[in-house]
Amino acid sequence: MTTPHHHHDTLLYLDGVSVSFDGFRALNALSLVLERGEMRAVIGPNGAGKTTMMDVITGKTRPDTGRVVFGKDTDLTRLDEPAIADLGIGRKFQKPTVFEPHTVWDNLLLALAGDRRPRFTLWARQSSEESDRIEAILKTIRLGDHRGRRAGDLSHGQKQWLEIGMLLAQEPHLLLVDEPVAGMTDAETEQTAELLREINGTRSVVVVEHDMAFVRALGVKVTVLHEGSVLSEGSIDHVSNDPRVIEVYLGR
Amino acid sequence: MSMRLCLLAVLGGAILLSVLNLAVPPASALHVPTYAISLAGKYLSYALLAVAVDLVWGFGGILSLGHAAFFALGGYAMGMYLMRQIGTRGVYGNAILPDFMVFLNYKELPLTWYGFDNAGYAILMVLLVPGVLALIFGWLAFRSRVSGVYLSIITQALTYALLLAFFRNDMGFGGNNGLTDFKDMFGIPLQADATRCGLLIATAVFLSGALLLARYVVTSRFGKVLIAVRDTESRTRFLGYRPERYKLFVWVLSAVMAGIGGALYVPQVGIINPGEFSPANSIESVIWVAVGGRGTLVGAVLGAVLVNFGKTVFTGALPELWLFALGALFILVTLLLPGGIMGLIGRPARRPKNVTPAAEPAE
Amino acid sequence: MKLLRCLLLVLLLLPFAARAQDDPFAGFAGGYEDIRHAIEALALSGDKQAEPVISALQAGNLYLAADKTLWIKQGDAVLNARTGEAAATPPDGLKKVRLNNAVRRAIEAAMGSLTLFSADPATRASAAEAVFKSHDPAALPALTRALAKESDAGVRTAMEQARAAALLASPDSGEADRLAAVTVLRDRGDLEAQSQLDAVANGHQPPTVQKAAAAAVAAIARIQQMWMLAQGVFYGLSLGSVLLLAAAGLAITFGVMGVINMAHGEMVMLGAYTTFVVQQVLQSYAPSLFGASLFIAIPLSFIVSGAVGIVIERTLIRFLYGRPLETLLATWGLSLVLQQAVRSIFGANNREVSTPGFMSGAAQWGGVTITYNRLYIIVFAVIVVAALMAALRFTALGLQMRAVTQNRRMAAAMGIRTPWIDALTFGLGSGVAGLAGVALSQIDNVSPNLGQGYIIDSFMVVVFGGVGNLWGTVVSALTLGIANKFLEPLAGAVLAKILVLVLLILFIQRKPRGLFPLKGRAVEA
Repeated sequence: MTTPHHHHDTLLYLDGVSVSFDGFRALNALSLVLERGEMRAVIGPNGAGKTTMMDVITGKTRPDTGRVVFGKDTDLTRLDEPAIADLGIGRKFQKPTVFEPHTVWDNLLLALAGDRRPRFTLWARQSSEESDRIEAILKTIRLGDHRGRRAGDLSHGQKQWLEIGMLLAQEPHLLLVDEPVAGMTDAETEQTAELLREINGTRSVVVVEHDMAFVRALGVKVTVLHEGSVLSEGSIDHVSNDPRVIEVYLGR
Repeated sequence: MSMRLCLLAVLGGAILLSVLNLAVPPASALHVPTYAISLAGKYLSYALLAVAVDLVWGFGGILSLGHAAFFALGGYAMGMYLMRQIGTRGVYGNAILPDFMVFLNYKELPLTWYGFDNAGYAILMVLLVPGVLALIFGWLAFRSRVSGVYLSIITQALTYALLLAFFRNDMGFGGNNGLTDFKDMFGIPLQADATRCGLLIATAVFLSGALLLARYVVTSRFGKVLIAVRDTESRTRFLGYRPERYKLFVWVLSAVMAGIGGALYVPQVGIINPGEFSPANSIESVIWVAVGGRGTLVGAVLGAVLVNFGKTVFTGALPELWLFALGALFILVTLLLPGGIMGLIGRPARRPKNVTPAAEPAE
Repeated sequence: MKLLRCLLLVLLLLPFAARAQDDPFAGFAGGYEDIRHAIEALALSGDKQAEPVISALQAGNLYLAADKTLWIKQGDAVLNARTGEAAATPPDGLKKVRLNNAVRRAIEAAMGSLTLFSADPATRASAAEAVFKSHDPAALPALTRALAKESDAGVRTAMEQARAAALLASPDSGEADRLAAVTVLRDRGDLEAQSQLDAVANGHQPPTVQKAAAAAVAAIARIQQMWMLAQGVFYGLSLGSVLLLAAAGLAITFGVMGVINMAHGEMVMLGAYTTFVVQQVLQSYAPSLFGASLFIAIPLSFIVSGAVGIVIERTLIRFLYGRPLETLLATWGLSLVLQQAVRSIFGANNREVSTPGFMSGAAQWGGVTITYNRLYIIVFAVIVVAALMAALRFTALGLQMRAVTQNRRMAAAMGIRTPWIDALTFGLGSGVAGLAGVALSQIDNVSPNLGQGYIIDSFMVVVFGGVGNLWGTVVSALTLGIANKFLEPLAGAVLAKILVLVLLILFIQRKPRGLFPLKGRAVEA
């Protein structure tokens, strides 16, 4: 199911990105290339810069130096979050962030690709096309029975799926997923891996994860971050045998 | 359901009080005195302000500590019209200049007062002045992502600056004393019982309109985005929404509503002075909403009427205890009754969260 | 014919004038003209009785006896004008020496120059100053004589300045004298000298003198501007230190703990009322300690406000952590309760808090007036902030406070009792507010509304400086104080305040995290 490089077409290119907070270097000349249609797992110990990398890609944090090129020649460092989201980059947070007072259905409705301007949403009526798309997503994320429930009342795992569903509704080209299986049961973890592979059928995905079993289950190229730059890259077997990785991460 | 009940109570109550004032002879036990009509009108004007506050605070998460400024600006616009209506009936009998200007040796009408003899222009200003101020302030604030308590503090600074400005005599708005001694409105004498009843009913109609409009806004898809912005602003950004636009729209709408409330307040109370800008007034309007139930619209009306009725009763009977009571109300409602009265009765509304959990802990 | 009459007059007066020079007292027996000459002669004589006689004349207490002797009535006593000794037997037929306007003017001029010879240097200096202000050429002879005798350097300078002013005003002075006088006035350099030089520059003077005067006016204007700048900085520092005192406590509760305490102003108010109570108690029970009342009030206000702060934290604020907007509303309610409580106990009126002697008065430093109470408040603010920084940095409590604010869970795991630290931190911030109250009682009205006037300013100071940064608060308070005082002359006090508020609102929208933001992921929340 994994789709390594059909054609060498770069979707995302981080070029020497550095970020520091009060002298602490969160990212240190980080460079990373992601092919179109690729799924990539990013691992690394605490403070390696995984979340900061996501922040830089999605426009939350501006890098001190370096470029982030999306697609042909769009420099993401010049754009803010909504503009980047508009380009087709979706993000799932480590802690599930759904709109708790809204129903599952409304959460998906708000996430559906479409006009985001107030002058549209003020008068917007739900179209049958929209409900069809929401139905389809509900099926994918297995929450069809919970459509009318308040998102805040869902279980932790259900919230994670709802958030992934919201990402799908956005119809992004690239998904950034931060620790999707943290706090999940084994069964949920397995289902999530399956879900991500399914999504990867049509989109590129970057998964940040701690859970090595899960990364192994994904079976994709792995990038190991350490102190804000790439330590090692390759298959899971390759990186887990890399002495430097063992030294800083796995060995401890 | 409760919205329908609220509209019924507001409109029906205003009509009933008016009938009991106009049609029932004063000797009857059922007669409602005219001062009670004006008092009810004042409560409903405050309720309009409360709905405006609830719209931004309850649904947009913007705690404004300066909404009374918009209320007062609308009030001043109306007051300026009423001043110009006095004409030669003032103490100094000057056809153009209001009394306080003659007293302060003004030679001619300041530019800011031009056009206020025209009712249409004055009404336009009632809407425009608070609206434009809110637009500029909101555009600056939301664009640079000032939110939470920072926003609250600068809204308070805004109304404080306006308070100081309107106290100055050379601003040309009557300084300390404000605007008063109004005679008539649209050519109708203000003191007449029928005018008072008409104003009360007009206030009830505007309040109902504001409630319906606010409900439409918050239940539309726009409103759903707004609530999402209130709870998890950063998440909406990653979905491609621009929260600042949503906040700005609802902020300006709310300011205009507050301005209309002020414009209806002034003819019924008979005076507008800089005290209306005091930060304490703005914060009080927030507590009305908190008492009634934040984010319920109907609760805002309920809270405004109840708290102000309590204030009337208290300040009449035990004036020194009023601040104790009001202070205690602030503390008890926030501590023990976060859902307000609407949270106790009716649907058990969930307390909206204020803390944005969007910040991730360190990896 | 005319000439003849003049000549005759001169001849008639000649012996008289000669006699008047021999005995200045004699003229008082003559007509108004004689009396005037007598006054001038007496003033120049250096006689020790000159001053009492002329001032008695001015007060209408100088009498002429039937035997033409002069007497001064002083209450019931009658003194001999020449000796100043009391008469054993009152002389007969005392008649008051009469005055007309010309005589009165002569008296005034004489009194001015007479005090130039006073034994007291301060009196001499003020006499010279008076002559400087009047710049009356008539005083020139007296000044010249006084200068010859003068030994005090300060008084000498004052006299030289007076002489220069009189020289410029006199029609008889030479050009060189005038140019020298312009230099003397320029060196004096104050507003009075400037206006006199301005008159010279535009008056009937030789062109060279006019030019020199104009240049001197410009020079003085530059110096005056410097002094005004210095005065503005002093006023600004003074206002800034008041803001700093009011905001320092808030920098702890809001800046460090993130608690929005709208009752912070009432903590200040409680400090001021504590000062009032201390003074009342001392006045009744230990008047001898009254001079030290402020030193007693300082620790007590800290304790009172701090204790109230701890109670507030334990009973109210701890239930609202993480809900800043609710905290804001609840503490606002609390501020209403505290205000009304103080109003019920102490009344709604302003309470009198007296200023101890060492804080009254002012010093003059060049063109800058430094009032002592303002100066002491600046010093006090420096001490309070230094102590606060030291407490946060070097004490165990400070260490634990920083630990709790940086990582609460970790601190708890290390065995720090975080709830207790929260209470103490809040108490510290409130106590510092109480200290501010002591200072404010010296310059502001002590009333239940005292705190309300400072709450918005204090928040603006903390936000402007950057939350969580005490140095930022210091810089911000001083900047705002000075900005306010420099805008005041341009726009007026109220408009200046409005301008500062509007600028702050705009600034916060440009830089929401203040002048010195804390960076890093901790603040991304």
